[in-house]
Amino acid sequence: MSKYALKLYITGHTPRSLRAIENLRRICEQDLKGECEMKVIDVLEQPQMANEDKILATPTLIKSLPPPSRRIIGDLSDTRTVLLGLDLHTFEHTPMKGCE
Amino acid sequence: MISSSAQESIEKIPTGIPGFDHIALGGLPKHRTTLISGTAGSAKTVMAVQFLTAGIVMSDEAGVFVTFEESPEDIRRNMLGFGWDIGSWEKEGKWAFIDASIDPEQETVVAGSFDLGALMARIEHAVRQVHARRVSMDSLGAIFGRFADSDTVRKEMHRLAVALRRMSVTAVITAERTDEYGDIARFGVEEFVADNVIILRNVLEEEKRRRTIEILKFRGTPHQKGEYPFTISPGEGVIIIPLSAIELEQKSSNVRISSGNERFDRMCGGGFFRDSIILVSGATGTGKTLMVTEFVAGGAKDGERCLFFAFEESREQLFRNAIGWGVDFKRMEEEGRLKVICVYPEVMGLEDHFIKMKEIIREFKPNRLAVDSLSALERVSTVKGFREFVISLTSFIKHQEVAGLFTSTTPTLLGGTSITEAHISTITDSIILLRYVEIFGEMRRGLTVLKMRGSSHDKEIREFTIDSRGMHIGEPFRMISGILAGNPMHVSESEFERLETLFGEEQSR
Repeated sequence: MSKYALKLYITGHTPRSLRAIENLRRICEQDLKGECEMKVIDVLEQPQMANEDKILATPTLIKSLPPPSRRIIGDLSDTRTVLLGLDLHTFEHTPMKGCE
Repeated sequence: MISSSAQESIEKIPTGIPGFDHIALGGLPKHRTTLISGTAGSAKTVMAVQFLTAGIVMSDEAGVFVTFEESPEDIRRNMLGFGWDIGSWEKEGKWAFIDASIDPEQETVVAGSFDLGALMARIEHAVRQVHARRVSMDSLGAIFGRFADSDTVRKEMHRLAVALRRMSVTAVITAERTDEYGDIARFGVEEFVADNVIILRNVLEEEKRRRTIEILKFRGTPHQKGEYPFTISPGEGVIIIPLSAIELEQKSSNVRISSGNERFDRMCGGGFFRDSIILVSGATGTGKTLMVTEFVAGGAKDGERCLFFAFEESREQLFRNAIGWGVDFKRMEEEGRLKVICVYPEVMGLEDHFIKMKEIIREFKPNRLAVDSLSALERVSTVKGFREFVISLTSFIKHQEVAGLFTSTTPTLLGGTSITEAHISTITDSIILLRYVEIFGEMRRGLTVLKMRGSSHDKEIREFTIDSRGMHIGEPFRMISGILAGNPMHVSESEFERLETLFGEEQSR
């Protein structure tokens, strides 16, 4: 079972969308040890999903598991910010407090 | 990019917002986005909501409301007070919300470049789904506040405006401003919605709040210029009072009606005209309320319906005084020929008074209207606002063919004119002056018809007395001059004729 549930919203297959997908794949493999369940949603095809999650900007990454839920906006090119923003840390035994 | 349709002449769509289409000379530019900018509390959201509700109510046009600030639940609830049942329109598929409000528990971090593609896709989706013709977005400040990268947001909002045009919807978007008279809006938003700008103001003037709307620009299409007062009415929302849009096309009636005093009718050449506005001016206690009472009683006697707005005295006082002059208001009300409404002027602003009075006039459909006194209303307004009020009220009742009798209290006991008169004397058809006249240490009362449009009238200043049967008009004051100036002087018989001609000039001043 995957440890991380990630949803990535994009608008069409623009260079920015592709870049975001690429960056997320890399972070998943390198920083999250591949323990990801990754879902890519194109808002042009599924606007209803974007309504439910109240998405404005694309790309938007939502981490729903493990809690707490976190959102990252942008093409995810800034890996450090992505990891901090997602409350994800590569050191598994470090408690939450120590991370801050 | 912008299609060739941009080159075509600009049509307008009527908004259905009361008064707005008058000042906009038809409505909002069709298929364009108009910026509604205003300070906090200037009714931007109400106007944005009303743009959609008016479309649904007036022409069954569906709308999409994009909220960046309040939640849809809050908007649904807040707007119920205006009688707008958004929830039921949603069920009927005439209204769709795009909830872009912020979730306070949701932290968002930016990591890299982004666009507002999702917002645009959601709006497009909703517009297609309900076949929307109108879109409202509230507010720009909230979306700029959400993202640190203002340049991106600006660029994206511009792209959104273009996309809306392509979808053939007419849109409004609200924006915040910090000063009533300063930059159009924060964040330099003029850059992408520069074509059509409306400004709402809520200015504190002499301790009174005054709401105005100004169409700053409509690119390529004309509109009325300047600020127009508006009010927010519980049942209707924003109501704009289109002052200069009121046309002076009242019919003139030659039918005479009784003033309620037979002797006075003769002074006026047979009574007031059916659709005239009469101003009665005098110091406190000269008999203005008595004249109103007789005017009302005279109407009721002739089977007319009379409406009496009293802003100075309580119901009890008025009814008791009327009994003292032999007039029974209570019975007249029971017979449905009279409605007396006593309001303390300070309870609301003048714009609200106007809306309220209009409502009551529409409902009661009077033949006669009396306002005692206009000067009391002046207290709750600015000079400009008051003048606008009087013009709006008089033109409104003239359209209804209602005879109006307004009173005005002069600040000094002897002579003098009030500010009220200076502002409205040109609007009224007839002016009656009631004055104290001091003769050999005794205060007496005098009355004259200063002006009566379209009719000959008595030019003399006559003495009158008041008793339990009302007003009794007697003989003209002879051998006295300077009554109107508040400085009565006895003149000798020999000088009398010469002075009387001078006196005539003084009257017309």
